[in-house]
Amino acid sequence: MSKPLRHDLQIIASWIAPGSRVLDLGCGEGDLLQFLMRHRQVRGSGIEHDETKVIAGIQKGVSILHGDINTEILDYPENSFDYAILSQTLQQVYDPAALIERMLQVASAGIVSFPNFGQWNIRMQLMFSGYAPKTPQLPYEWYNTPNIRVITIQDFRKFVRDVGLSVLREEAIAAQDENRLGKRIRFLPNLRAAYGIFMIGRGLQPKRQ
Amino acid sequence: MSEYAQHDISGRTVGIVRNQFFTFAQPPNEMILESGARLGPITLAYETYGTLNEEGSNAILICHALSGDSHAAGYYSGQSTPGWWENMVGPGKGIDTNCYFVVCSNVIGSCMGSTGPGSINPKTGKHYALDFPVVTIGDMVRAQNALREYIGVERWHAVVGGSIGGMQALEWSLRYPDRVRSAVLLATTMRHSALAIAFNEVARQAIMIDPNWNEGNYYSGQKPGLGLAVARMIGHITYLSDQSMRLKFGRRLQDKSDFSFQFDADFQVESYLHHQGRKFVDRFDANSFLYITKAADYYDAIRSHGDGSSVRAFSSSQASYLIVSYTSDWLYPTYQSKDMVKAMKKNGLNVSFCEIEADWGHDAFLLPNERLSAMIRGFLERVEYSDEQTSAT
Repeated sequence: MSKPLRHDLQIIASWIAPGSRVLDLGCGEGDLLQFLMRHRQVRGSGIEHDETKVIAGIQKGVSILHGDINTEILDYPENSFDYAILSQTLQQVYDPAALIERMLQVASAGIVSFPNFGQWNIRMQLMFSGYAPKTPQLPYEWYNTPNIRVITIQDFRKFVRDVGLSVLREEAIAAQDENRLGKRIRFLPNLRAAYGIFMIGRGLQPKRQ
Repeated sequence: MSEYAQHDISGRTVGIVRNQFFTFAQPPNEMILESGARLGPITLAYETYGTLNEEGSNAILICHALSGDSHAAGYYSGQSTPGWWENMVGPGKGIDTNCYFVVCSNVIGSCMGSTGPGSINPKTGKHYALDFPVVTIGDMVRAQNALREYIGVERWHAVVGGSIGGMQALEWSLRYPDRVRSAVLLATTMRHSALAIAFNEVARQAIMIDPNWNEGNYYSGQKPGLGLAVARMIGHITYLSDQSMRLKFGRRLQDKSDFSFQFDADFQVESYLHHQGRKFVDRFDANSFLYITKAADYYDAIRSHGDGSSVRAFSSSQASYLIVSYTSDWLYPTYQSKDMVKAMKKNGLNVSFCEIEADWGHDAFLLPNERLSAMIRGFLERVEYSDEQTSAT
């Protein structure tokens, strides 16, 4: 009935255990939560700041709170969720470390996906054109982009290590169009992948893919 | 509220409906009110639309606001004005009468068919007037619970209300957690701000200084019409907003090309308020206005259910909630809804919240709004869906 789930969301969905409790930060119209409710029997909540998207999501029957993820996440008691998801939003977050810290207080695992700024064509664009790079995942001009962070897969791995967390799962995806099925990248992901998806947690040893 | 009763442009309607009455708490088994006073017999006016299913699981209670009544949808035989929420309640609408059995009950203290200060006190044979005990939102809900038992509804699929109706819906979910599967709270609050109490008090004073008010004993003579009209004018200002008044009236003059340099209604906004005030006097009882505004001012879910803690107030609730506030509502501003959401989140309750951008102030929830209808429809369906899921596992 609806369009297929965005590819990175399909991968995230495949990581979610049935029956779990999920918090989706920046959930948009609640596509992922709706999918998880139907197919994984999850109990889900979303937070979204765009009124039109909130209304569309609630209309679909998804539980959504209209507000700012950075403040709305503060009210949940610890361990309210099994997973807290931040998909394609990290690049827009003002204080990523604080948000991720809080994600892992309210949930036992965090799932984060973001466009990979280390991809070869981005590096090439900057090198040869001299202009700030644009890609299907990062399509804005420098002056109107909502993306205030440039992150590479390598950066994120280092960040997770630096703040004392662990990568529990990791996937790197090459896709020109995020709505179509992308290819999983295992060799040189930081150079080749368009975006990365990580499941992170506390106190566990990193699992090599 | 009835100034918003309007024909739904879709033309879909529940059609001809009739007002019904339920009487209970016959002496000596009067209802003991929160104040300790006894009240009985009590009559509630109510209406129903749609059909109760065999499991009795598809009933929705609609709670009306201050001056509303049990006539939420459809038309009375021979009348051309529909119920006050015609645009929301009906076949295929936000609250779909093809799916749900909808009940709208009037509140005690009202003058719209239920027992209130304008009713005859069976003990004296005269109008209650100020002998009518002060009622609370809790009392109103307890009376509605007697109606629920009478109608044979085990558990409401949803209790829905805006403004003071939202307080009732909230109270239902806290007072009778096992009787309420979900609650839709529109433009409402857990308790009145000082601003809301202040406006209500000015409105009450306007009634009580009317020479015809006569300590509430005016039923055999002149009504305190001027006082009530002023009270309504004050109320009406609080239901609008700076923005809505600017858009609707601006500084335009009413049937004049220049100022009159007298104290006539020169401006359209003045003339509009006069009109609303006069209209209200024809249909509403001044004493009911006093009692219901006082009930709203007294309401404090945090005090009565949480002993001062909003988080504790929701500790026994099992309902799913949909909460909607409006950007230009200065009577029940968004921060009050957000406080409620916060307390619900801390209790792990299932809650959806949206602040709708609207110019029309507090009254926005009564105006036709396809987005609000769609949200309520989706929410009500999902409550059903998640219940099916729970029973399947």
